[in-house]
Amino acid sequence: MSANAPKNPSRRDFLRTSALAGGGLVLGFYVNAADSAAKRVAKPSRAQALAEFKPNAFIRIAPNGTVTLVSKQPEIGQGIKTSLPMVIAEELEVDWKDVVIVQGDLDPIYGSQSAGGSRSTPTNYEEFHRLGATARTMLIQAAALTWKLPADQLLAKDSAVHHPATGRSLGYGKLAAKAATLPVPAAGEVRLKDPRDFKLLGTRIGGVDNPAVVTGKPLFGIDVSLPGLLYATYVKSPVFAGKVVSANLDEVKALPGVRAVFVIEGTSNLKGLLPGVAIVADSTWAAFSARKRLKVVWDEGKTAAESWKGFAAKADALAKQPGGEVLRNDGNVASALDKSAKTVEAAYSYPFISHASIEPQNATAWYKDGAVEIWAPTQNPEAGQKIVTEVLGIPKEKITLHITRSGGGFGRRLIPDYLIEAVAISQRLKGPVKLTWTREDDLQHDQYRAGGFHFLRGGVDTSGKLIAWHDHFVTFEHIVFKDGQPKLEVGSGANLSGDEFPGRWVENCRIEQTPLACGIPMGPWRAPRSNVLAWVFHSFIDELAHAAGRDPLAFRLEILGDKGFLPGTGEQGIPYDVNRMKHVLQHVAEKADWGKKTFPRGQGQGIAFHFSHRGYIAQVAEVNVSKDGKLKVDRVVVSTDIGAQIVNLSGAENQVQGSVIDGLGALMFQELDIDKGRIVQSNFGDYPMIRIGDAPTRVDVHFLKTDYPVTGLGEPALPPLAPAVCNAIFAATGIRVRQLPLSRTDLSWS
Amino acid sequence: MSQYTLNVNNVPKTVDVADDTPLLWVLRDHLHLVGTKFGCGIGQCGACTVHLDGVPTRACQIPVSSVGKNKIITIEGLSKHGDHPLQQAWQELDVPQCGYCQAGQIMTAVALLKKSPQPSDQEIDAALEGNLCRCGTYLRIRAGIHRAAEIAAGRNA
Repeated sequence: MSANAPKNPSRRDFLRTSALAGGGLVLGFYVNAADSAAKRVAKPSRAQALAEFKPNAFIRIAPNGTVTLVSKQPEIGQGIKTSLPMVIAEELEVDWKDVVIVQGDLDPIYGSQSAGGSRSTPTNYEEFHRLGATARTMLIQAAALTWKLPADQLLAKDSAVHHPATGRSLGYGKLAAKAATLPVPAAGEVRLKDPRDFKLLGTRIGGVDNPAVVTGKPLFGIDVSLPGLLYATYVKSPVFAGKVVSANLDEVKALPGVRAVFVIEGTSNLKGLLPGVAIVADSTWAAFSARKRLKVVWDEGKTAAESWKGFAAKADALAKQPGGEVLRNDGNVASALDKSAKTVEAAYSYPFISHASIEPQNATAWYKDGAVEIWAPTQNPEAGQKIVTEVLGIPKEKITLHITRSGGGFGRRLIPDYLIEAVAISQRLKGPVKLTWTREDDLQHDQYRAGGFHFLRGGVDTSGKLIAWHDHFVTFEHIVFKDGQPKLEVGSGANLSGDEFPGRWVENCRIEQTPLACGIPMGPWRAPRSNVLAWVFHSFIDELAHAAGRDPLAFRLEILGDKGFLPGTGEQGIPYDVNRMKHVLQHVAEKADWGKKTFPRGQGQGIAFHFSHRGYIAQVAEVNVSKDGKLKVDRVVVSTDIGAQIVNLSGAENQVQGSVIDGLGALMFQELDIDKGRIVQSNFGDYPMIRIGDAPTRVDVHFLKTDYPVTGLGEPALPPLAPAVCNAIFAATGIRVRQLPLSRTDLSWS
Repeated sequence: MSQYTLNVNNVPKTVDVADDTPLLWVLRDHLHLVGTKFGCGIGQCGACTVHLDGVPTRACQIPVSSVGKNKIITIEGLSKHGDHPLQQAWQELDVPQCGYCQAGQIMTAVALLKKSPQPSDQEIDAALEGNLCRCGTYLRIRAGIHRAAEIAAGRNA
């Protein structure tokens, strides 16, 4: 389907399906070839297509019984391509083996298609139930008309409608043509299943792309192949947003396999099309090889002198000064600290880190006759479309965007910089081109998790109760573009809400924030803000608990207190149910035998909790630190409250275990240095990531089934890991970790 | 540019490429076998692991000119029907998250199981140390290898 084809909602999805199924360029790409049902997906004839039952944009039932469900959200490893269709299949009473899942292109018919903020499940869960139930209701109605029986004598089960009284049944395929002629019932006429009758939800279902993953089928953005495809690399200034002054373009153009070399002027938007030199060649290797000979003179701009060392010195100088902005000021912290029986003062800091998804950023674009077709591993297709229109002038209706599977997201692929680069290059070439970033590009041109500094003071009274909390947070701001206008703003994920725990829980609480301006791009990194704030706050709370001579669990339960339900404020506006948090905290303590075990020196338990992305998570880590300071995490116990239903138990458990290991990797290893305005590290050699030997021996995952709405799990299980481990390290060794990563702290003991 | 005839998944394949082209890019761009992944280009992540005469090898570190007559097996050629015990176990235990590194993980694990049909966790950790998984599926990778060992033992029995 061309980008400028007229949009006819009643026909276009069929057209797209037949195009996908009938061959052409994207066949192997979207159809799960190893799935039994997929084998039955063939190009439908016109008559077959008319007999298809298509009650909405997400469901198609073919006369041969194949049920095709559309996954609208990008799959980045969070399992959404399996879990959301499971919701439809549950209500539809369809046998999972009859289901084929296809990835939807960017299309307003699907609603929001951004995958971020762990929002895909909570924003779609109810609606997806209704979609499936509506289709089921219509299939039952079609059978009722066929058999001339009242619908209430019939039931749907295993991809068929049954009449139990006579034992008759009709498969969905046979009912499709009739169902297609029926009006879609109003919401009030559609009955959702009683959760007690769920057969699919809550079970373990393997990822729908697993057969393709384990056999190496093309799936990811980097796997896209097109006739006449050229391969590009794009070289940007090592100092962010530096401009091209001159380059040896003619020399590079003459190199083997090189088709074109040109400068893209770009803009200064760190999240958009930065200036650079594009090299287009016959193969990725020819492009990468030519790049080694490219010499560019850059105008590095005003941020070329920035360094992490310089930022840290500035932060230290600010430590004792009042903060630039007061985020919270309850009671009187100064006098409460004076009155405290015990006080603790500590400085915590953490570095900038990278997303480092193993699939480097890439995108394929084919610009032709004023329109462009894009294939991209993106978490945020809408943002990609928007910036292409804004910067390259290609109107929205002339952009077709195919969402490919992403080899990891972690928030990186919410930013469409790599996507617009591919389109800009294709627009110049007027042909198909795949842009592949090198690992060095990926690490040195990320949208980083910001570093930060917290200067904390806390006090407990004679009874050991926390009565004073003071944080001066030194963070980072950079220039972002809002509606094309530059604006200095605290980096995405570098901000702090005055309501963040324990902000609303301590009688005397002052939270101040001072941002340092920088030229480093910052963006959301899995569980933005929370991924480090939980570490800082729960580590310092642990310091205060120990100063007070209190049990760290009892100390925390006392702080949480009887606040009940706190209204949603702050950036995400999500209410905080204190009772749910206390519940998971007590649960994890019980499951981990908190306080009941005795450990020899060098071993110990640590506890922490955090609320983010609507999820309530508490963790206990058990660590073993050798005398020479080598850490091994023996066991992590996780208690999770994300509402009334786990959609896919296998996927959910994988997300939690992955979050624990991801959090541990960031804690142990990840650190970027900044010097001369650029990122010093360049590849996995100097930017180590967690490997299998450092993964915990065990991660026990508990899901508490509660009466609350169903929420997401891509992020919330990550934040409590780092403080739980660091608090365990303290219990084991008496060493308090106040800097990340862990490699900065000597953990040896005697 | 030179012509090379490679033995890829037991099929001779002729390509005309620069001598220093890494096997990785020959497989991906020229032979369209994209199951072998690009992750780092310096042999640090293991996403490009293939077998060269049965030895797990980083395809990004092997120039095409040095492959010679060595038999190359990629993830696409691991089994005819996608049913190698590791491929079965990976699906049974739902090991992947994003899945990008998993072909490399499996290819490395294949060699481990050949050497040690019932490996311990320590052996698994040592053998798989060179394969990064950014999603953190390491626990399921360990479990998947144990499960594959069981499947293979059952089949051999």
